[in-house]
Amino acid sequence: MKRWIPLILFAVLVGFFAKGLFLNPREVPSPFIGKPAPAFTLPVVGAAEQTFSPEEMKGKVWLLNVWAPWCVACRQEHPLLMSLARDRDVAIVGLNWKDKDREAARLLAQHGNPYVAVPDDLSGKAGIDYGVTGTPETYVIDKSGLIQMKHVGPITPEIWEKKFEPKLKELGA
Amino acid sequence: MIPELGHFAIIIALLLAVTQAVLPLVGAQRGNLTLMAVARPAAQGQFVFLIIAYACLVYSFLVNDFTVENVARNSFSQLPEVYRITASWGSHEGSLLVWVLMLAFWGAAVSVFSRHLPDDMVARVIGVMGLISIGFIAFMLFTSNPFERLIPAPPDGRDMNPLLQDWGMIIHPPMLYMGYVGFAVAFAFAIAALLSGRLDAAWARWSRPWTTVAWAFLTLGIVLGSWWAYRELGWGGWWFWDPTENASFMPWLAGTALIHSLAVSEKRGAFKAWTVLLALTTFSLSLLGTFLVRSGVLSSVHAFATDPARGAFILGFLAVVIGGSLILYAWRAPKMITGGAFSWFSREAMLLANNVILLAAMGSVLLGTLYPLLMDALGMGKISVGPPYFNAVFVPLMAPALFLLGVGPLMRWKGDSLPDIATRLKWALAVAVVTGFALPFTLEGFNPWASLGFFLAIWIILTVLIGFRERLKHGARLSSLPRGFWGMQLAHFGLAWGIAGMTLVANYEQEKDVRMNVGEHTTLAGYTFTFKGTTEHDGPNYRAARGTVEVSRDGKLLRTLHPEKRIYNASGMPMTEAAVDYSLTSDIYVSLGEPLDDEAKAWAVRVYHKPFINWMWFGATLMILGGFLAASDRRYRIAVKKLEAPAGSQGAAA
Repeated sequence: MKRWIPLILFAVLVGFFAKGLFLNPREVPSPFIGKPAPAFTLPVVGAAEQTFSPEEMKGKVWLLNVWAPWCVACRQEHPLLMSLARDRDVAIVGLNWKDKDREAARLLAQHGNPYVAVPDDLSGKAGIDYGVTGTPETYVIDKSGLIQMKHVGPITPEIWEKKFEPKLKELGA
Repeated sequence: MIPELGHFAIIIALLLAVTQAVLPLVGAQRGNLTLMAVARPAAQGQFVFLIIAYACLVYSFLVNDFTVENVARNSFSQLPEVYRITASWGSHEGSLLVWVLMLAFWGAAVSVFSRHLPDDMVARVIGVMGLISIGFIAFMLFTSNPFERLIPAPPDGRDMNPLLQDWGMIIHPPMLYMGYVGFAVAFAFAIAALLSGRLDAAWARWSRPWTTVAWAFLTLGIVLGSWWAYRELGWGGWWFWDPTENASFMPWLAGTALIHSLAVSEKRGAFKAWTVLLALTTFSLSLLGTFLVRSGVLSSVHAFATDPARGAFILGFLAVVIGGSLILYAWRAPKMITGGAFSWFSREAMLLANNVILLAAMGSVLLGTLYPLLMDALGMGKISVGPPYFNAVFVPLMAPALFLLGVGPLMRWKGDSLPDIATRLKWALAVAVVTGFALPFTLEGFNPWASLGFFLAIWIILTVLIGFRERLKHGARLSSLPRGFWGMQLAHFGLAWGIAGMTLVANYEQEKDVRMNVGEHTTLAGYTFTFKGTTEHDGPNYRAARGTVEVSRDGKLLRTLHPEKRIYNASGMPMTEAAVDYSLTSDIYVSLGEPLDDEAKAWAVRVYHKPFINWMWFGATLMILGGFLAASDRRYRIAVKKLEAPAGSQGAAA
């Protein structure tokens, strides 16, 4: 019996690994889920006299997309955001995070603007309040202003279909 | 055209690997010499075609052929030439090609340096290595082809990960792979021995030099990685217990156990089943490391791009190779005769204890590395296991092993007497205890952890010296001592030196994180650091803010350091390039944090004083040299002549 022990231990490990392949270690549950979206009031890109705060979105299901002009992965998801805004009428707010080079306005003019508003978080403080770990990150916020979901990394059409669409339906968007 | 040639060369290498695996193994089973003779040329041919493939890949990188996806993703037109070459192993696909190239190199090396081995043994060893090659080459061709075209080609590449643009990274991965893959030879010898049922002292002697060389390469790879992390990550740390590091550390621990256990199997014929199991385990851990790093089951700071299809392939391969070898072990091991009885107080017993402790340490690292995965798979939540766990478990486990390391080499085989050992070692023990205890008082006062570290380092160094003295007393001359002995002494001494360095840096390092305006200064460990502001600086493929920090002591300027904060053009990734003043007794390490205030030009600056950190690298270098020295021992070459001599006399008689 003793000689089979290494094999048995290994078989158990393989079982765990097989399971592990279908889990995502980067999917960290956010402590903000189910909590009210942190408040902020920030100037809007391209219109310095205007401000935006999440209060204004009360009564709507909306997405807070944290992005930055210097972020390459954000450019990957940009076309998808464009088509969502155009074809599906999804309200997306684009939190412009730590844009030190002041590039956002130019970039949006050049490639198109999928956002209903682009608050300008130059210091990065609002992002930190939301627990942003990197860009892009997208939060789903419900009608009463509670964060319902968080996605880390660029949204792909597949992720949109599997993750976002059911959630939005559930929230009655 | 060139990339297609490379792709084609890989396909030929795969076919040769199949030939190398099937024919010799069948031949060895049937005693067919013609089939067995295929082993050597097939192994060498596979190596040649993989060299061709690799040359094609390097060429594609050098000429910036962005129609090759691998090049487009990992290189950049502004990337300096030397990094374009190293970018060829910076990606998952490229590093896999380097991996199989190394494996083929070891196979070819076995085919050349195996004249003294019986034909069926050579055929089996090379055949088993061919089997492993098949798995990896197929993995590369089916899931990660390094020559995949990307049409239309992008105007420019996405650049190599800036973290890897450092010359420590130029040689770290190839050395690490040499070590990882080198254990495949020990694995192949073990499988060959199990298949033939000839598990004897000769088998252990044949395996030893290969295992020791692989171990030395792995040590070198790990040390380079650690040194790179220290210089490049900008946190001043040198070991993070990151899953990727653990993936290389586990085979190292098992490999260290293996080289010691092989010594016993060769010299005394004892615990052979255990040695075989260790040889299987060591290479299995190398494979496991590959799986963990590339499948994405664990989250790590420097993992490769991950893909579940790849993970599934490696897992399947892992299950076949490791599962198959463990079944073979379970089937054959009971037939092995264990020879050489020994008492509990003997060199064998000490080595066995060392083995058990090393494996326990390996197990604790494995558990810590896999724990997040296990919890997640059982639905018990997401957790991460960090340095506190590893330090709390690993250090107490290793301390007794290091103490025994001093005693073991001085003991006699079979059995020794406790009073005798006690008389030989009492002075060394007394000196080590007293100096170990006293040293911290000369620095900062009572510190039990520092005392333990100093005690172990001094203890090992003294026992190494006693080892030399006793040999000389028995009439040997320094020049006549075998290289195996020198290698062991050098490696043990290096370990002690490294422990002294680790103890000093872990207990006496100082760091400070300060906001500094231009012209302001801060002091640390008696040094004064004056921040002179930053200037814009353009590198070949990045822009940098280059800081100027003057380091002085007692009003005398010692050194001007230039830490940089870089933004890489293609990826827009920020990178911290620390500036370090290296010296034998301490490193002064300065890195730039974030710019805090644009108007005042103030920065967050981190300064570190790292006493004796270089001792760790020196000690590790001695361990590596010790490994190579031991592997070159005459004994392994004399064995050749002994075996050849009867064959020659037969020829004369006929």
